[in-house]
Amino acid sequence: MATPTTRRGFLTFLVAAPTLTLATDMSAEAALPSLPAPADIVDLGDVLILAGTPTSNMLVLEVTPEGAVHFRLPRAEVGQGITTAVAMLVAEEMDVPVANVRVSLSDARPELLFNQLTGGSNTIRSLYGPVRRTAAAARARLVAAAGEEWNLRTAELTTKNGAVHAPDGREISFGELTATAARSTAAVTAEPKPEAHHRVVGTEQSRVDARAMVTGQLKYTMDLDVPGAMPTVVRRPPTINGSVRTVDDSVAKAMPGVLAIAVVPTGVAVMAETFGQAIAAKDALRVTWNKGTVDDLSDPDIKAKLRAAALPFVVPPLLTRHVDGEFDFAFVSHAPMETNSAIADVRADRAEIWAGLKSPIVAKQTIAAALGLPQDKVTVHVTQGGGSFGRRLFFDAALEAAQISKTMRRPVKLMWTRVDDMRHGRARAASHHKIRATFALGRVLTFEHRVASVETDFRHGLGEILTATAAHLPVAGNLGFAETVFLTTVKVPYDFGVVTQVLNEVPLRMHTGSWRSVYSANTRGAEEIMVDEVAAKLGKDPVAFRRESLKSDRQRAVLDKVASAGDWGRTMPKGFAQGVAFHDEYKSCTACLVEVDARDPGKPRVVKAVIAVDVGRPINPLGVRAQMLGGLTDAISTTLRAGLHIDKGLPLEGSYSQFHYARQKDSPTQVEIHVMPANGEPGGAGELGVPAAVGAIANAYARATGIKPRSFPITFPVDFDPFPR
Amino acid sequence: MPTYTFSVNGKPVSIDVPADMPLLWVLRDKLGVKGPKFGCGIGVCRACTSHLDGDEIQPCVVPAAQAAGKEVTTIEGLADGEDLHPVQEAWLEQDVAQCGYCQPGQIMAAVALLKRTPNPTDADIDRIENVCRCGTYFRIRQAIRKAARKM
Ligand code: FES
Ligand code: FES
Repeated sequence: MATPTTRRGFLTFLVAAPTLTLATDMSAEAALPSLPAPADIVDLGDVLILAGTPTSNMLVLEVTPEGAVHFRLPRAEVGQGITTAVAMLVAEEMDVPVANVRVSLSDARPELLFNQLTGGSNTIRSLYGPVRRTAAAARARLVAAAGEEWNLRTAELTTKNGAVHAPDGREISFGELTATAARSTAAVTAEPKPEAHHRVVGTEQSRVDARAMVTGQLKYTMDLDVPGAMPTVVRRPPTINGSVRTVDDSVAKAMPGVLAIAVVPTGVAVMAETFGQAIAAKDALRVTWNKGTVDDLSDPDIKAKLRAAALPFVVPPLLTRHVDGEFDFAFVSHAPMETNSAIADVRADRAEIWAGLKSPIVAKQTIAAALGLPQDKVTVHVTQGGGSFGRRLFFDAALEAAQISKTMRRPVKLMWTRVDDMRHGRARAASHHKIRATFALGRVLTFEHRVASVETDFRHGLGEILTATAAHLPVAGNLGFAETVFLTTVKVPYDFGVVTQVLNEVPLRMHTGSWRSVYSANTRGAEEIMVDEVAAKLGKDPVAFRRESLKSDRQRAVLDKVASAGDWGRTMPKGFAQGVAFHDEYKSCTACLVEVDARDPGKPRVVKAVIAVDVGRPINPLGVRAQMLGGLTDAISTTLRAGLHIDKGLPLEGSYSQFHYARQKDSPTQVEIHVMPANGEPGGAGELGVPAAVGAIANAYARATGIKPRSFPITFPVDFDPFPR
Repeated sequence: MPTYTFSVNGKPVSIDVPADMPLLWVLRDKLGVKGPKFGCGIGVCRACTSHLDGDEIQPCVVPAAQAAGKEVTTIEGLADGEDLHPVQEAWLEQDVAQCGYCQPGQIMAAVALLKRTPNPTDADIDRIENVCRCGTYFRIRQAIRKAARKM
């Protein structure tokens, strides 16, 4: 094996295989790219790219005799469309139809170190170069093989539609060439196509798995048939992190279909022939519980702690004219449609796991340690997930399934019920915000934002990444992980004089986790509300004020786009209003303009949305628009109605009838999303849509009702009977 | 245990299950029909939406006994072989699905709506209560409008 072809510091290895199989690897000594200087590191995405750089090109691509190209993607697909975007990149470089590229999700590969984490809207940013280089190398090898076959110089050959073409009209398909190409040991050099020649990248491509989805054929974890793995659910404690004291299973174990009952660290697991029977038997268990970690805690206590934790402002209010605002955001469940679930088959000497995992390496390491097995005896398969929004960074279901399988000594198909998922799953941390802007002569002089948040749990590998890159981080001193994430993601996009944003976290032992856009939805959402309030004080129009305060023409272009396409300033009937906001992150930027019907201030509805987005270089504009639409719906939900009430150590909400994530009746009947033309390198898109939409909706609500929104979600009664604990 | 005979996607099945076992688990765990998805088990998320004798049901809250002698259609039974149902085609044309998990239920709900109301208004579409946590509602709306024109 191993014929390295070096050029511009990357090595492509031929893997010994009957068909052309390439592994591209930058970890060999030759030509490691120099690490970016601290000043080049601007945001969290850069940190992730830097941490992944030494392994970023260990990507595997194979050409089959049938002419299909298999690409193994070390990331998780949870609905964000990365398998489609990556298939497009491969198709572009190899000149094969997108339909001939199959992208599968890699098992956990510890040798990838930090480069198998799906998060930070970073997949395309981190893989755009490496995927193209790998595919370009494969194409060059196929062309070289055809050159040998025909005895022609490769410069005379072209590729099209999965075949190499000679000037005289002869052609050979990649499938026919793959075996020859696999044997050739000649050094071959290749560079990705210039972007000006792209014919696939930048065009609209529907999802590669769309047909499987609409015919019910796509397999999620619970749809897999793993021999012997039987339906299992867990009876969970009445408060977060409670543990089992006593169990009486006399009724449950005699119920039809019940196969096994076992106590595990998180509760009592019940396995049965069907999930229906497992759930019924779980409910029939009589369990007493030890206290959890936050039993006495309810929303008013959390609010008080957050208010006490928000650090004071520096600028006193007396010296200049100023605007102050304080904001509260509730906990929000990730609530992906597919509940937390995993399959585990643990034997005495090995284990195999299947789950939707965005951080599979850390999952593998943790599960191996918990089972007392060497890491290489634990295989972790990454399955396609039914939504994530940050949730699947955590592998709690996989770990729990492994523990149950070990205890029951049989394969386990573990599914969390919806109530479990909402009450014992993860949530975006509640936060409190204090913002003060001072101004004079029509300009903002200082802008201070003090954020107090319940601690967000990053124990899924991000901490290790930040430690490994610590020397390169653009933050001074010995800040904690949370402050580092905060400072590398959240920034004020306006020229507002002296800007300070400070995060202070309140550690509470609850289950939190990054939720689509992490700190930005709340932090930037609140700031966009303040921007409107400052504009009002200055007697300026919200669009005009943003326009003059933004820092670049690129930013102004998306704002101008929504203002013109959305007909900003048009006359609205009483009770209706427009609202606008802007956000810049992940090397991308977006503006959102909404129209809200708030004739009944208790029942506002977003009736129209116009969004403009600049992602630098859209790979698949259809996919970018899908992500922005999802971000908009998340903003509608969390701004207006969706949140969790914490009562004596447990969320009250237990299903979608109580946690009011938007439905069709809450979503706009008119949506326009404008994707700006390519103008640079690809930025992130997955989380980008939320913060601007939060600001726009809140601003429209304020303009329609005259009520300044300060607490989110705006409408948040306990309008249901909670499920029993 | 009682035996129930009914048909699933045109195929007759006979199965021994407790009368009160939700049809969803009969389909998924006994018959291996995995298209209908679990999202709540109490009839609110509607990810499991299927049809019983052509009418929309949520099999997670329909006891097995109720299917006896009837025709169950799940997402797998909607297409005619390789020929997709016009609603499925509209779903592909609008590229609706993100994670896809809710979409079997969304499509079955849309088919039922179009059967009741061939030209649905926005207010009719608003009455579909299926949750899409990826927030694809606007594309669902466009796909339903498009399917209505096709049918
Ligand atoms: S699982 Fe049937 S409605 Fe939710
Ligand atoms: S597409 Fe993911 S829940 Fe609807």
